[in-house]
Amino acid sequence: MTSALKKADAVDRVSASKELGSLRSLDMAEVELRDVNATLQAAGKGENDNRWEVLNPRGSHAVAVGLDVPIEVTVKGSTGYYCAGMNKKATVHVEGSVGPGVAENMMSGTVIVEGDASQYAGATGHGGLLVIKGNASSRCGISMKGIDIVVHGNIGHMSAFMAQKGNLVVLGDAGGALGDSIYEARLFVRGSVASLGADCIEKEMRPEHLEILKDLLERAGADASPSEFKRYGSARKLYNFNIDHAGEY
Amino acid sequence: MDHTPATMPRQSWTFSNEINSEIRRAAMTGIYDIRGGGAKRRVPHFDDLLFMGASMSRYPLEGYREKCETSVTLGTRFAKKPIELAIPITIAGMSFGSLSGPAKEALGRGASLAGTSTTTGDGGMTEEERGHSKLLVYQYLPSRYGMNPDDLRRADAIEVVVGQGAKPGGGGMLLGQKITERVAQMRDLPEGIDQRSACRHPDWTGPDDLEIKILELREITGWEKPIYIKVGGSRPYYDTALSVKAGADVIVLDGMQGGTAATQDVFIEHVGTPTLACIRPAVKALQDLGMHRKVQLIVSGGIRTGADVAKALALGADAVSIGTAALVAIGDNDPKWEKEYQKLGSTAGAYDDWHEGRDPAGITTQDPDLMARLDPVEAGRRLRNYLNVLTLECQTLARACGKSHVRNLEPEDLCALTIEAAAMAQVPLAGTNWIPGQNGL
Repeated sequence: MTSALKKADAVDRVSASKELGSLRSLDMAEVELRDVNATLQAAGKGENDNRWEVLNPRGSHAVAVGLDVPIEVTVKGSTGYYCAGMNKKATVHVEGSVGPGVAENMMSGTVIVEGDASQYAGATGHGGLLVIKGNASSRCGISMKGIDIVVHGNIGHMSAFMAQKGNLVVLGDAGGALGDSIYEARLFVRGSVASLGADCIEKEMRPEHLEILKDLLERAGADASPSEFKRYGSARKLYNFNIDHAGEY
Repeated sequence: MDHTPATMPRQSWTFSNEINSEIRRAAMTGIYDIRGGGAKRRVPHFDDLLFMGASMSRYPLEGYREKCETSVTLGTRFAKKPIELAIPITIAGMSFGSLSGPAKEALGRGASLAGTSTTTGDGGMTEEERGHSKLLVYQYLPSRYGMNPDDLRRADAIEVVVGQGAKPGGGGMLLGQKITERVAQMRDLPEGIDQRSACRHPDWTGPDDLEIKILELREITGWEKPIYIKVGGSRPYYDTALSVKAGADVIVLDGMQGGTAATQDVFIEHVGTPTLACIRPAVKALQDLGMHRKVQLIVSGGIRTGADVAKALALGADAVSIGTAALVAIGDNDPKWEKEYQKLGSTAGAYDDWHEGRDPAGITTQDPDLMARLDPVEAGRRLRNYLNVLTLECQTLARACGKSHVRNLEPEDLCALTIEAAAMAQVPLAGTNWIPGQNGL
C-alpha cells in the first residue's frame, strides 16, 4: 500500500449513499501530487475505491491527470494548469475554477468545472464531454479532435482554432476570430460572435444538428433551447492550398 | 570571315541559371517552392574540422586490440527508466504520413539491430514502428495528431518538439495527395485535404508553461520516461538553458541542415543556425548551469559519417541523431531509380519533392505500388550496416586520439581548416593557437 493510500484510508469518509460506495479522500495539504495521481490512476480496481475527493488542491497543476478508469473524482477547490489532462473514462468534477488546459487531450469520460476556465480548455481533446459552468478564456477548444465542450457562459477569442472534430456549444457570447482555420468541428453559439476567423462561416441548422445540440445541452445540465443557437463551421475553402486565397490566411 | 575573338558567354553569379529557373517557376505558379530535406547551401560544417590525432604528447589506443566504448545513457536527470543505447547515434523523428509504413518499419528494424532508438513524428505512433523498435521515442508535437495517453505510456521516451532545424519557428504542410484514409484517420482529418501542422503548441507558451506541461506528462507516465526537448538551431545558448529550466532530461538540438518532410525552400535555406555553430553555445549553457552530462545533449542536422559523429561528440554532445542519412541508407535517392527521377524533373541525389508522394524509392509516399518497392527487412539491414560503419569510424578516430570511450573526445582534439569554422566550433585554426572571438582576438 502506498503512503498515499495509507493517508487516504486515514481520512476515509463513508458516503451517505451506500449504493455509490464509500467516498475516499486525498488531502493535498498532506499528500503530494505524485501520490494523488498515482492513487487515482490505480483506483477503480477494487471495491469501494471508485469515488474519490481531492481536498485542498490550492491551485496545483496536473491534478487528476492520466486517469484511465471509470471512477468519480471531485476536486474541492480550484486548480492550476492541465487539470484532468488526457482523461479516459473517469468523471472529474471541479468545485472551483481551473487554470489553462483543463481536460487537454481528453479521450473519453466527463469533466465538469463549476467555475471558470482559463485558456485552452479542452485543447486537442479526442473525445468525452467537458462542461464549464462559468466562462472559458481564449482558445477554448483549440485543435479539438472529437471532444464535446459545453460552456454555460462566454468564450474568449480564437476559440476552436484549427478545430478538427467534435462539438463546441456556447450559451453566452464568443470572442473574436471564432473557428479560425476550422476543419470539421461544429460550433453552436447562442449569443453574439465578435467575429469569425478564416474559413469559418455560419451554416444551416438542420434537424440532425438540433438533435446533437439537444443531447449535449441535456448532458451538460444547461437550461437552453436548441432553437436559440446558431451553427458555425468550415466553408472548406482553405482545405487545399490555393494561391488566390492566400490573403485569407 | 570574321576572326574577332568572341568572349565566352558569361553567366551572372547573382542571376545564376538556378536562380533564374526559380524566378520563372514562381512567375508561372504564383506560389513559393515547397520541398523536403534540409539546407542545401554550403555552410561551415564538420568537414571544416580535423582531429589532430596522437603523437609525442598524446598516447593512442591500438585499433584492433584496445576497447573503445560507445554506449550512452539518456535521461538520467529525472526519469526512473533512462534509455541505454549501445551506440551514440539515434534515428530522428520522421512521421508516418510523410514516410510510408514499410519505411518506418525499416527504421525501427535497423535501429534495433544496432542497439539504438528511433523516433515517431507528426501523425502518431504506428504499429510498424512500435512493433519493430526496441526503443521508441514518442514525439509530442504542436499538432497532437494521434496523441493519446496509451501511446505515451508504451513509449520509451517522450520528445517535446519545440522546433526543428529545417524551420525554426515554422509549421508544416502535408499535401492532400498523401492524406490517405489511414493517415487521415490517425490525424482526425478528412481524406485528401492539405493538412497543416501548427508551429506552436496549443496549450502552452514559453518555458514557464512548458515546465508545467512536462510535469503533467511525467505525472501521466509515472515519472518513468525520459523527456526530451527538441529545438531547432536558433539561439542555442538560451534555448538550451531554458530547456534545462523547463525540466528536460535530454535536449535535442537540430541545426539548419536537419531535414523536414516539407516546407518552403526559402525557410529551409534562410532560417536557422548551422549545426557546427550550435554545439559549443549549447554545451556552454549546460556547463554554466552545472548540467553538462547530467542533461544529455543530442545533436542533429547534417550527420553523415563517423567523422561527423566523432566531431559532434568532441564538441560536447552526448549523442547524435540522423534523419536524411538514414533515409539514404534505406534507399532514398538511389541512382537505380534515375529514369524515374528524371521523369519527375529531378535526378538521383537531388530529389526532394517528398511532399508530393511520388517517391520512386517508395519511402516518402503513401502510394501502395511505390511503397511495395521497399523491403523493410532488407532496408533495415542496410540501416544497421550503416550505423555500424558510423560507429566503427567514430571509434577509429577516438582511438587515434587516445580515448577509451567516444564520449571522452574533447575540443582539444580538434583544429579548424577555416576561420569561420574555428570561430563557430571554438577550436584553433589549424597550425595556430588562434580561436577567433576569444581573448579579444
